[in-house]
Amino acid sequence: MSDHHHHPHPNQPDEEDAPRTRFQVMEVALRELLIEKGIISLSEMRAVQENMDRRGPHNGARMVARAWSDPAYLDRVRENATEAAKELGLEPTWLKLIVLENTPRLHNLVVCTLCSCYPWPLLGLPPDWYKSRSYRSQAVDRPRELLKTFGTHIADDVEVRVHDSSADMRYLVMPVRPKGTDGWSEEQLAKLVTRDSMIGVTDALSPADLDRSGP
Amino acid sequence: MANQAEDLEMSPPRFAPGDKVRVRIAYPIGHCRTPFYFRGTEGEIERHCGAFANPEELAYGRSGKPHIHLYRVRAKQIDLWDDYQGSAADTIEVEIFEHWLEPATAVQNR
Repeated sequence: MSDHHHHPHPNQPDEEDAPRTRFQVMEVALRELLIEKGIISLSEMRAVQENMDRRGPHNGARMVARAWSDPAYLDRVRENATEAAKELGLEPTWLKLIVLENTPRLHNLVVCTLCSCYPWPLLGLPPDWYKSRSYRSQAVDRPRELLKTFGTHIADDVEVRVHDSSADMRYLVMPVRPKGTDGWSEEQLAKLVTRDSMIGVTDALSPADLDRSGP
Repeated sequence: MANQAEDLEMSPPRFAPGDKVRVRIAYPIGHCRTPFYFRGTEGEIERHCGAFANPEELAYGRSGKPHIHLYRVRAKQIDLWDDYQGSAADTIEVEIFEHWLEPATAVQNR
């Protein structure tokens, strides 16, 4: 007998071992029927999934880095953020975008208390915590405490402004451009713009943070 | 015509940025996009977002027409929560459809 399995490993059950939920069963049934009846094909489904996977925070980061770098572009973002996103080829399609500019006196935070509305063409799919009840409730009534759990401490003289994404608008936070980035290219700047900073739970990375996180 | 209601002209927006408004206190049956915690809140119009399909109709497979004006309403957090811990200057903005809003100067009828 091998010595390898003397102490028990923490065991995460395989997904197939748990009973399927009602919605999993419904999804499988609907998908199989749609394919069997020739309404959609597997390759069409795959194309849609791949298209969704191509969308991620790198899209929003490009937009923020451009707005940091180009005052004329920033004006267009303020005027009509949806059109400004299209300029970068970001295809927000149905999305009505509002970009929320942080300043040294104002910190913006985005939540959807009713469900999980999120600017997914610019940020990809939302993180699980964004959809959690604790995030959705604390973001509106205790935003400063919530921000501390993300390591973000907002000074008392800075206004915290919460945006509940309750209907048809979608929101992207534009963090304050970090100090020590004069002369940086848009590509360099975009590396400082994280998903969390565009939700508003953190600031953008500093150049020192970037050094620490490695290439 | 079956779809006559869909062709109704929208009325012009009732509110403009800076207007003081109150979110109606109502508990209609069915789907709506007005968060419970924001009902009864007084604030001001931050902007008119445009007009959008009525989510209370869309939820039942109907067209959502005529479209309804949508606004962002800005309120002070200390007006919303008795025990608010942050700064008195902290604010919250929520998107509210026009039929959920009334002028804040109107006599309260609760």
